[in-house]
Amino acid sequence: MTTFTPSSSAETLSTVQWAAAEETPLELLGHGSKRGIGRPLQTEHTLDLSKLTGVTLYEPAELVLSAKAGTPLAEIETLLTENGQQFAFEPMDYGPLLGGEPGKGTIGGVLAANLSGPRRLKAGAARDHVLGVAAVSGRGEAFKSGGRVVKNVTGYDLSKLMANSWGTLAVLTDVTFKVLPAAETEVTLAIRGLLDDAAVAAMALALGSSAEVSSAAHLPERIAARVAGGKHGSDAATLLRVEGFGPSVVYRIDALKQLLGKAGPLEEIAGEASKAIWRDIRDCRPFADGGALPVWRVSMAPSAAHHMVMALRMQAAVDAFYDWQGGLVWLSMREDDPEAELLRGLIRKHGGGHATLVRASAPHRAALPVFEPQPPHLAGLSARLKAEFDPKQILNPGRMA
Amino acid sequence: MSGLAMPKPDADTMRRRAEIVADMRIIVPGEGVVDAANEMRAFESDGLTAYRQLPLVVVLPETVAQVARVLKYCNDRNIRVVPRGSGTSLSGGALPLEDAVLLVMSRFNRILATDYPNRTVVAQPGVTNLGITTAVEQEGFYYAPDPSSQIACSIGGNVAENSGGVHCLKYGLTANNVLGIEMVLMNGEVVRLGGSHLDQEGYDLLGVMTGSEGLLGVVTEVTVRILKKPETARALLIGFPTSEQGGQCVADIIGAGIIPGGMEMMDRPAIHAAEDFVHAGYPLDVEALLIVELDGPGVEVDHLIGLVEAIAYRNGSTTCRISQSEQERLSFWAGRKAAFPAVGRISPDYYCMDGTIPRKELPRVLAGMRELSEKYGLGVANVFHAGDGNLHPLILYDANVPGELDKAENFGADILRLCVEVGGVLTGEHGVGVEKRDLMPEMFNQIDLDQQMRVKCAFDPNHLLNPGKVFPQLRRCAELGRMHVHRGQVAFPDIPRF
Repeated sequence: MTTFTPSSSAETLSTVQWAAAEETPLELLGHGSKRGIGRPLQTEHTLDLSKLTGVTLYEPAELVLSAKAGTPLAEIETLLTENGQQFAFEPMDYGPLLGGEPGKGTIGGVLAANLSGPRRLKAGAARDHVLGVAAVSGRGEAFKSGGRVVKNVTGYDLSKLMANSWGTLAVLTDVTFKVLPAAETEVTLAIRGLLDDAAVAAMALALGSSAEVSSAAHLPERIAARVAGGKHGSDAATLLRVEGFGPSVVYRIDALKQLLGKAGPLEEIAGEASKAIWRDIRDCRPFADGGALPVWRVSMAPSAAHHMVMALRMQAAVDAFYDWQGGLVWLSMREDDPEAELLRGLIRKHGGGHATLVRASAPHRAALPVFEPQPPHLAGLSARLKAEFDPKQILNPGRMA
Repeated sequence: MSGLAMPKPDADTMRRRAEIVADMRIIVPGEGVVDAANEMRAFESDGLTAYRQLPLVVVLPETVAQVARVLKYCNDRNIRVVPRGSGTSLSGGALPLEDAVLLVMSRFNRILATDYPNRTVVAQPGVTNLGITTAVEQEGFYYAPDPSSQIACSIGGNVAENSGGVHCLKYGLTANNVLGIEMVLMNGEVVRLGGSHLDQEGYDLLGVMTGSEGLLGVVTEVTVRILKKPETARALLIGFPTSEQGGQCVADIIGAGIIPGGMEMMDRPAIHAAEDFVHAGYPLDVEALLIVELDGPGVEVDHLIGLVEAIAYRNGSTTCRISQSEQERLSFWAGRKAAFPAVGRISPDYYCMDGTIPRKELPRVLAGMRELSEKYGLGVANVFHAGDGNLHPLILYDANVPGELDKAENFGADILRLCVEVGGVLTGEHGVGVEKRDLMPEMFNQIDLDQQMRVKCAFDPNHLLNPGKVFPQLRRCAELGRMHVHRGQVAFPDIPRF
């Protein structure tokens, strides 16, 4: 058991070259904050990238930041905050849900897991903000893609291909992201007491208005008490976030109130209190209970997902809440059976989408496909792509299988 | 064709042309196969009209099954295929090959579904970019990416090129606005990526397909995200004595946390050409003209107009007009939107380039361009998507003067080298195509290019789909697959191991 801890791109390259020549698999690791996601690995060696650190370029006026892949996300976010900027895609922190410390995770991990947050609705995910990468393929070759400018169509976008590849295609050594100004003001409008179907209708109405809602989540009864330390009570809360310049936020919140006044009792939550709610939704805090019962992350068309959840409730005991206007469902099983077949069958029946088993015991993760199985032609294409990057299967082998 | 080497026509395919045409007529019955030279003439070039080539045969399928059968037929017989949407590519992405079937997707022209609660439209690839907005605008929605060819260009072509437009700084490129596609691989397999949910499962093949210039698969259906139209839009027209001041103003606007809906700059030659043409009321005594458009609720737009105006004055603007009506806003844009034809009036021909640079390098790049302009003896006018650093230099030349086209192309290549040298890229939104193909090594080394070609191998191992585009030299997949690694070398023995 060897852990390689390179502190430069060159050392990373030579480690992978060595592993490729030996045909010996490596587990790629940053801070390990998402290590519990995916099929458990049984590699003899570990490539620890947490020493490959440093912001190498940050030009706020150009809206661009580059860093070595092992740079802590927290460090970068602090730097951005100091300059009034942010990653608009609001990368979530899996730490609390998976029983780890909060605030861990590297910038390379952000891209490899294609992290996003409640602002996904308006601003996209990591894949929408990555501008360029440098990486080492499983062939032991250092390649780059993209650049440092926000508009670039030169060659295939291999940077996006790294998103959601979970370290199975290449070892990231450098990443470049677009950064954006942080909003001056944020206010959340909460509609209280709605059932899932009324909440989904209200969110669709809000998102279909010109109020530029940046996030829309629904916390059913009782789940609502599990965010922001419970200070907003346990009544169901349908939450609409509006961000921007002060006068504009006031105007748009008023417009939403007129639009949704009949939907239910309304509350306005501003500033830090609003931020705390969205941070907790982002990090799936309602299910970060220190336990290990299975938790699913389900992505479907926003108007379809709650129908699937209702059908699932007929056959299994689950807790659920919704982000992304209803399109992202976090599901926590009340018993230790993940019910993978049942869930995935119901997703297909309700218009399709996919489910990832983000929390489960190692035996479940070894026995079940953690990531959504793909139809044969697509699975074939994905396998061929993997082989073109990592023909000897040395990078996180089997993690996404 | 000025010295551009295309793949050598396959003699066997050329010999079997009659048989291939007959088989295509079986797969696509009716009017869907065109093989007469005079009728194929309409397809011999795309928006990059300096290059022309008649295809082997033109096929216009109507169904996904026909697309799949055509591709499988060609794959089995080693016949090349060039896909084409509306043919508006400015980089020669749809340039036919003498021995290739030209697969024209224009009959896929229907909107399949509009879904307002989920804010999606499902369209066939031949639907025009503007056609999507037209389909949903009665409900107050629109599709955000707006390439200037939007009345003609197809959504399938937008996916192939990852098209941008004036609004992409705020609203993103095609890649950020497409949720799903259905596509056919060269072997005839039909694959769906994404859908009406927000994130695709597995590898981001949708991200790779977007901007792949027709080399990986043929798109047969596209699901896009639509947005509610902003309540209002107003624009400022700001003139500066130097391009440095204009550039600094752009940096300061962004530094103030403002992301305008559109932010465009023009240099003196472009201002004068546009003003002579459309009389938009542009100031003629400035070196740089900036159009800043702010959109959103009226109260927000008014607030930001005040901030931008103050930033402009701080940067020494000599004129600053604020649109007071929709008509006036459109008049500000009239000159910018007519910039290309306006330049067409002052020069027999022009050649449009498309580099992107870090914005702060603008003065250096403009100065470099002036030097190159003297060196080549050709004029150049610049329009610039100022917010995202995407430059469109228009090189003025006369194709009827022997040697001028070559000179213009060399001038253009030097401009793009300059863009790469200052940290930019060869193409911001027009694509590599054939035009910038041979410049790829300016940006990428052989390892970088090889890894891109390996992606191609996963989709199309025989290099039959749109060959001769993007990559300066296609290497066989078997050769690319070989590994050369040094065995047994423990590279840095002094690192800590546990």
